[in-house]
Amino acid sequence: MSHPIPSGTRDVLPEETREVRAITDALRRVFERHGYGEIYTPALEYESVLARADMAEAKPAYRVFDESGAVLALRSDMTVPIARVVATRYAASEPPMRFCYFAHCYRGVRPQRGQPRELLQAGIELIGSPAPQGTAESLTVLCHSLDAVGLKDYRVGLGDASLFPALMASLQVPDDARAGLLEALALRDFVGLEHALADAGISGEASELLLEVPQVRGGPDVLAQMPAPAHDAMMGLRDILDLLEPAVAERVIFDLGLIRNIGYYTGAVFEVYDPALGSPIGGGGRYDELLGRFGRSLPAVGFALGVDRLHIALAGEERGTGALLAGSDEESASGDGTARGAAGQTPVRSGPTG
Amino acid sequence: MSPTNGLTIAVPRGALFEDTVELLSALGLDTQELRSNDRKLLFEDIGVITMRPSDVPTYVEAGAADLGVTGKDVLLEQAAQSPGEGGRDVYELLDLGYGRCTMVLASKAGPDPALEALRRLGVMRVATKYPRIAARHMEETGRQAEIVEVKGSVELAPLTGVVEAIVDLTATGTTLAENNLVVREEIVECTARLIANPVAHKLKAASIDDFLQQLRSLPAARLG
Repeated sequence: MSHPIPSGTRDVLPEETREVRAITDALRRVFERHGYGEIYTPALEYESVLARADMAEAKPAYRVFDESGAVLALRSDMTVPIARVVATRYAASEPPMRFCYFAHCYRGVRPQRGQPRELLQAGIELIGSPAPQGTAESLTVLCHSLDAVGLKDYRVGLGDASLFPALMASLQVPDDARAGLLEALALRDFVGLEHALADAGISGEASELLLEVPQVRGGPDVLAQMPAPAHDAMMGLRDILDLLEPAVAERVIFDLGLIRNIGYYTGAVFEVYDPALGSPIGGGGRYDELLGRFGRSLPAVGFALGVDRLHIALAGEERGTGALLAGSDEESASGDGTARGAAGQTPVRSGPTG
Repeated sequence: MSPTNGLTIAVPRGALFEDTVELLSALGLDTQELRSNDRKLLFEDIGVITMRPSDVPTYVEAGAADLGVTGKDVLLEQAAQSPGEGGRDVYELLDLGYGRCTMVLASKAGPDPALEALRRLGVMRVATKYPRIAARHMEETGRQAEIVEVKGSVELAPLTGVVEAIVDLTATGTTLAENNLVVREEIVECTARLIANPVAHKLKAASIDDFLQQLRSLPAARLG
């Protein structure tokens, strides 16, 4: 007999649950050791409340009417609900405040892509701690968490959401062309970016900078070769690096083109990569203006990990297989901050779901 | 060190195959077996896997290949259709210039049957292998259309009266002309593109940048 469940959802049976619990227990211990208190919020919120944040691609996808006709939405992340909690339940509390969560979030999917509608996220939010200290703390908790889980080959890509807009402003890109350039970059389409630059009549050095800077990624040395217009963002990244302990700092890959597909990020942004998975395991960044939209203006930073993706990456590392492990040569001895290829020769495994 | 720096590349069989293999040879890759054995799919020695062009983004997105070559038509067809919906999560790094063709709207020669359908019936029927590109084009130009997805020869649909128009790729226009069809609108020019997995783009940055550098330093003629 067939009793289907919606595509992108699934049942988790005891064997898998045991493994997932081991991961979340390890994460929880690290979060708590760093002073982050676990909270729960409702999966359903008023749509009008969630809509205060600019979620871009990750906006809530499922809505229902309640008995009085109000529109409710299933949350698509935990950052926005926690911003609401801070503005209401902690309206008079002294910052900084530290929260962690383990919660299911709900996203829209494209059919037949194996994308989840319901995903378990684990993460922290650090409210009231500005850059660079707050960002450095968040990255430290992130790396300690992944270490505790036993993930070995992960790297953290670190960029700044304000870098490209600042670059456009200082190079005097016409206002009406900026959205198009930013969209091409968000789509990871460098060919489109080149065309958009030509269409906007931008040429010469300005065009080269706008095309080359977002493709720069590597170790701390890449910060040295940054052009003057990106100076502020570069100093911001260097300030973060200076605050990181060596074990965390050596995980960082600077990525000057990094853009997260959520609109509320304002400064440093980061993503977690592992060679055993073809897509990021999680990410986060600064959202210094989000709390203000809920009436309590505080700088904030946080990250979320996809627990299922983390599980897949761990399993891949254990088997010595995984998307990018197969057939890859050892790269990176050069210390340029790229690639920690691992040995592996078994067939490739496609990663993403979680 | 091989020219591909240990990277895995998804190479499309079909129309883009010859030019792509030419390009890899120009970089110094030993492509002899790749050329001679069209049943084999995995060429581990040279880091190449082969597949149909429309599968390339799937394998690259999943990380089964670090890089891939596919047509812009494939990327457009698999791109996000509306804000809030995720497209393929791959980097588009380079316009390789070859495989140039045009996505067109075509209908039977003579008075345009599509115009007549629009005027009298309010909707035109369009057959295509690219339903999303076709639907987007019709929306953007403010016309109502019924999209009929076909897998085989699209030219057959208007000739048999199933539809009034087609949206399809054409390089020379020969097939269209032979079937008494004329191009009514050019929608977009498509060429081969180099795409990259987003995680490989970070973890294998030096290898990928070096590969790009090698490609860019080839004589311009190589890149169409």
